[in-house]
Amino acid sequence: MWSLILNRILVAVPTLLLVTLFVFALQRLLPGDPLLTMAGEERDPAVLEHLRHLYGFDRPLPVQFVIWLREVAAGNFGASLRTGEPVLKLIGQTLPVTVQLATASILIAMLIGIPMGVLSAVRKGSWVDYLANIISLTGLSIPHFWLGIILILVVSVELQWLPASGYASVFDDPVRALQTTIMPAFVLGSGLAATLMRHTRSAMLEVLGLDYIRTARAKGLLPRAVILKHAFRNALVPIVTLSTLLFGQLLAGAVLTEQVFTIPGFGKLIVDAVFNRDYGVVQGVVLCTAIAFIGLNLFADVLYILTNPRMRS
Amino acid sequence: MSAKHGRTAFAALLLAAVLGAAPAIAADLRIGLQEDPDMLDPHEARTFVGRIVFNALCDKLVDSNDKLEIVPRIATSWNFSADGKTLTMKIREGVKFHDGTTLDAAAVKANIDRARTLATSLRKSELGSVAKVEAPDPTTVVFTLNAPDAPLLAQLSDRAGMLLSPASFDKPVAPNPVCSGPYKFVERVQNDRIVLTRFKDYYDADKYTVDNVTFRIIPDSTVRLANLRSGQLDMIERLAPSDIKAAKADPKLNVVSIAGLGYQGITINLGNGERAKTPLGMDKRVRQAFSLSLDRDAINQVVFEGVMAPSAQPFPPASPYHDKNFPTPKRDVAKAKELLKAAGAEKVSFEMLVANSTQEQQLAQVIQAMASEVGIDVKIKSTEFATIFKVQMAGDFQSTLLQWSGRVDPDGNVHQFMTTGGSVNDPKFSNAEVDKALNTARGVYDVAERQKLYAAAEKITREELPIIYLFHRAWTWAIDKKVTGFEPNPDGMIRLAGVKVN
Repeated sequence: MWSLILNRILVAVPTLLLVTLFVFALQRLLPGDPLLTMAGEERDPAVLEHLRHLYGFDRPLPVQFVIWLREVAAGNFGASLRTGEPVLKLIGQTLPVTVQLATASILIAMLIGIPMGVLSAVRKGSWVDYLANIISLTGLSIPHFWLGIILILVVSVELQWLPASGYASVFDDPVRALQTTIMPAFVLGSGLAATLMRHTRSAMLEVLGLDYIRTARAKGLLPRAVILKHAFRNALVPIVTLSTLLFGQLLAGAVLTEQVFTIPGFGKLIVDAVFNRDYGVVQGVVLCTAIAFIGLNLFADVLYILTNPRMRS
Repeated sequence: MSAKHGRTAFAALLLAAVLGAAPAIAADLRIGLQEDPDMLDPHEARTFVGRIVFNALCDKLVDSNDKLEIVPRIATSWNFSADGKTLTMKIREGVKFHDGTTLDAAAVKANIDRARTLATSLRKSELGSVAKVEAPDPTTVVFTLNAPDAPLLAQLSDRAGMLLSPASFDKPVAPNPVCSGPYKFVERVQNDRIVLTRFKDYYDADKYTVDNVTFRIIPDSTVRLANLRSGQLDMIERLAPSDIKAAKADPKLNVVSIAGLGYQGITINLGNGERAKTPLGMDKRVRQAFSLSLDRDAINQVVFEGVMAPSAQPFPPASPYHDKNFPTPKRDVAKAKELLKAAGAEKVSFEMLVANSTQEQQLAQVIQAMASEVGIDVKIKSTEFATIFKVQMAGDFQSTLLQWSGRVDPDGNVHQFMTTGGSVNDPKFSNAEVDKALNTARGVYDVAERQKLYAAAEKITREELPIIYLFHRAWTWAIDKKVTGFEPNPDGMIRLAGVKVN
């Protein structure tokens, strides 16, 4: 296991370098100019010239990239062109927000998706199976932003049960955190639950058809014990991997939900930065996301080994 | 209690906690903004929403009222010398900054000098006529100008005239701005909120009864309205035209609107590179036909629920320079066709750059449909807002659907667009008479005399049409009825004097 971890870290370095180079190049290929956005409607040529020099945009692109790399290596991720706030501070402000939302979403997804998947596999072909399929297809088909707006209109505007927007950390104010997280987490979770349900169902079906399950049944074990102890444990391996990857996707992929519920999260930070051509923020954020993804992949592999004894050798 | 009962009780508690507790505190005001402001430093800032925050946070030398007249704030009185090249201001006594230091003439001088010299200042061109500033005594500030500058007072009624504590200049200002306004800075979370609290030592503190002001950033207009209706906000700015009906139907809300300072228009490339060489760019009759093909009232009703102010001139209805002799033309299909025929271009086709927001797209489609009826084929090219300026400056456009946020002084709505070599004159329009009228108007302080100059320039630009004006945008606010005393101003700002939360 340790050699696996070490190996992964060694591979991560060139991967990260490539990702940052790719993002750097891609951004500069985008039409538009952050300075024109910054200089305001008046676009005073003297101001533009000055800003271009101040931020080093008058230098050749490779030089700009090397300077950025050198600064990052020294721990300096730069500052937002738009507000002057340091990039690391912005990431520090927004990442915990999205991690909290993503954790709640994954929990909701697992609570709904996994039992539903197990049930529909066990009762394959029954009305339970069909109902679960209908629910999961609906969950997959409904766009997040639409469901979000409908929930706000019904639960917040009409019923006035929950706040329509906002964020509170679960460590500072658990009640408000619950109030503000529950709707967006449900919106994100409902879509993921569908994916998880489909995967749990097929994994369970595969395992339930294996010989050792027949043996377990033949031994006279209770159906509950067969399903939960023997079948589910083995079906869990791909589900754990999938959940971890889904969590990674949520970090940057919760943008629409974050917009609708006005949650100052990580996805919103990226989208705003791209629209404003805030180069430093985009690069810093992408680098962090790439690191998180590599970390989560590694984490998934480790979990895989822990849940599957055959891989431990 | 059994485990099962315990769990049920816990779930019930949790549910009660989630469903209960609607946060509402009496003298707090929560305002929903459409965008996140940029630098909270009036000398470096550029966004419209930033100015809304500054109006609560910072005080300025002078202000403008709903008739666009300049009124006193920190400067209690002022006068120009006979040659128009010296402006002397009397500074209010006993005013304090949020850090307790005194706001006197020397502090004013320090601010104007910072705005003129700071490397990242965006106020340099606004104060371009200022040669030097002096503070001969604690209540007198003297501006020496290179040339008479009529728009200067209007500039000083906005960010260029906002005052920061000079003691805060050593550190970066934006993360922790120290001003002298009715509210002081508490905290900011980028893309989420800016929080201010009442400054008890404000010189005019009696007029401000709201204790805490929270600006919350909610870009989507439907979501912004939903937050207002569900009680998360007390007031929102720039209510979308498509949401006006819903807001008016809500018995808890008031909808307030006023025509703004800016305009929406179509900029046409007349002489910027190869792409100007089209019938549209080369023949004013084609542009006139295009203008005549548009029904400005219908556009207003169809796309904007009738809240905009249709117009064919750069100056808004509130401005003394809005000229009644230039009425808004009615749609005239026959005359438009005649003009096209005379120009020998019965079928014209050109591209129009349009920002890719829903509303701009709708507007462009209505324009396209109207123009097609006279034989003008408008090809809509959706472009991201961040690229439009760049494309336009490079001359890579035939026409652009664009808006200007507008300025209090008439100069700010025409000079840089219409004079030869003007900083945003991307169509490269050039006319010696227009140059002369607009340049002269800059140095004239008398309103009646300036009106004549702007009318002379407008007579020509209405004929040549480098910009086809469509309407003046209106500012629309939706406000919870428990908030009273809000007075709209054509500049779209939120002034909190007299605003009460009941």
